[in-house]
Amino acid sequence: MSTDAATVEGWLDRMARDITDALGPERQDLLIVGIHSGGVRVAQALHERLSPKEPLGSLDISFYRDDFSRIGLHPRVRRSELPFTLDDRTVLLVDDVLYSGRTVRAALNELFDYGRPARVLLAALVERAGHELPIRADFSGTRLDLEPGQQVRLNHEDLGLGLRDTRTGEMLDG
Amino acid sequence: MVEGDIQLAPDGRLRHCLTTEGMGGERITEILDLAESFAGVNDKTIKKVPLLRGHTVVNLFFESSTRTRSTFELAAKRLSADVLNIDVQRSATSKGESLLDTIANLQAMQCDLFVMRHPESGASHLVARHVDDDVHVINAGDGLHAHPTQALLDVFTMRRHKPDLSERSVAIVGDLRHSRVARSEIHALRALGVGEIRAIAPRTLLPVDLEALGVRVYEDIDAGLADVDIVVMLRLQRERMEHALLPSSSEYFAGWGLTPERLARARPDAIVMHPGPTNRGVEIDSRVADGPQSVILEQVTNGIAIRMAVMALVTGTAPQREGR
Repeated sequence: MSTDAATVEGWLDRMARDITDALGPERQDLLIVGIHSGGVRVAQALHERLSPKEPLGSLDISFYRDDFSRIGLHPRVRRSELPFTLDDRTVLLVDDVLYSGRTVRAALNELFDYGRPARVLLAALVERAGHELPIRADFSGTRLDLEPGQQVRLNHEDLGLGLRDTRTGEMLDG
Repeated sequence: MVEGDIQLAPDGRLRHCLTTEGMGGERITEILDLAESFAGVNDKTIKKVPLLRGHTVVNLFFESSTRTRSTFELAAKRLSADVLNIDVQRSATSKGESLLDTIANLQAMQCDLFVMRHPESGASHLVARHVDDDVHVINAGDGLHAHPTQALLDVFTMRRHKPDLSERSVAIVGDLRHSRVARSEIHALRALGVGEIRAIAPRTLLPVDLEALGVRVYEDIDAGLADVDIVVMLRLQRERMEHALLPSSSEYFAGWGLTPERLARARPDAIVMHPGPTNRGVEIDSRVADGPQSVILEQVTNGIAIRMAVMALVTGTAPQREGR
């Protein structure tokens, strides 16, 4: 399976409409926060479509992962940037793929170290079957059911999606 | 074997942090970049990350220290580790227990990381060779040998002010002969490919091997400071005068103290650094230490981020332990 950029752009348009329908005028005050690295790309695309007042925020959740004791720290951690105050605001947390839910769990923990938002909503471009935590997306572009060894990859240049086998590293097409 | 090799795990990751010698520019850059991310922890309302939750860090200081020990303690606490500070004056070592016995006992209490300062060169290497596979050692200063985290926080501070380090010249002024900071810093600066390193000191305070390390030596401070971008002052320890290496502190200040007039010989945007504690009126004039070019307090702040980065990197290399 691979999905071209035009299809992904279509999903993003629909997600933006769903978010607008759900929030109404409150959309103007929405704080959009992408999770590094794929989530930031998707968050940018949603930010362009929704044009809220505040700039885009980003989180690198490396310091909050639950597998540090097993795999250590990835040395290329980016600095989280939240150029606004979270207190009493509505936050839209954005990731490219929601799978186990562990990344979102870590992101929520990090978010609450910056302040106390009134509400947090979750948007994921792809919601993949296989949740390990009680975390679901409020807005998603598509749902996928894949084999455990397969991985969805977002192309950062044109927002196309590809499927990769994590055991062989090969891109799967068709 | 290169001296630095004991720092590495079999997979090449940094397991202990003992010296900047042989660490390599790529790894140093990786630590500095990681420290930039940890500096972001200070932006948060809750200045803590859960990374080292459940880990125990021991500050084992056989020499007194305020700044280094407190920044290591804060770094460990901001990583959510538990911290044990061992005051050696009151500990069993002063009752004759050997260093390795002390370490073995602390390991038996499931401590994961030793931050160690010791008056003897090589003490932290000795400990690193004897600890279990999942225990880590950070050298917080050993004798006249090395003080890697101070060197790393110094180059971190330099890079923030002068990102193009390969175009810059650094002058290190003072007692280089007895300075583990200077030694570690020269290795780090060379690994990062800094443009020029100068050493400025009276002959009695210069080590013999400096030129072999690519350092240009000046006995005259006015000549040495000409057009440099970064001035690193070193602390003059009073016992050096007792050992007749120097006449008196006022004569030292007259010859090698950093005054505003002397600093004017450096580039106008030069920064002034000092690892602390400063001896005002001995190696540095208060007008310089408190002046606009001084980044001495920034160094202290940056020390926390660097120490968080080093602790997180070494601890993350532990082989998996049951029940973790």
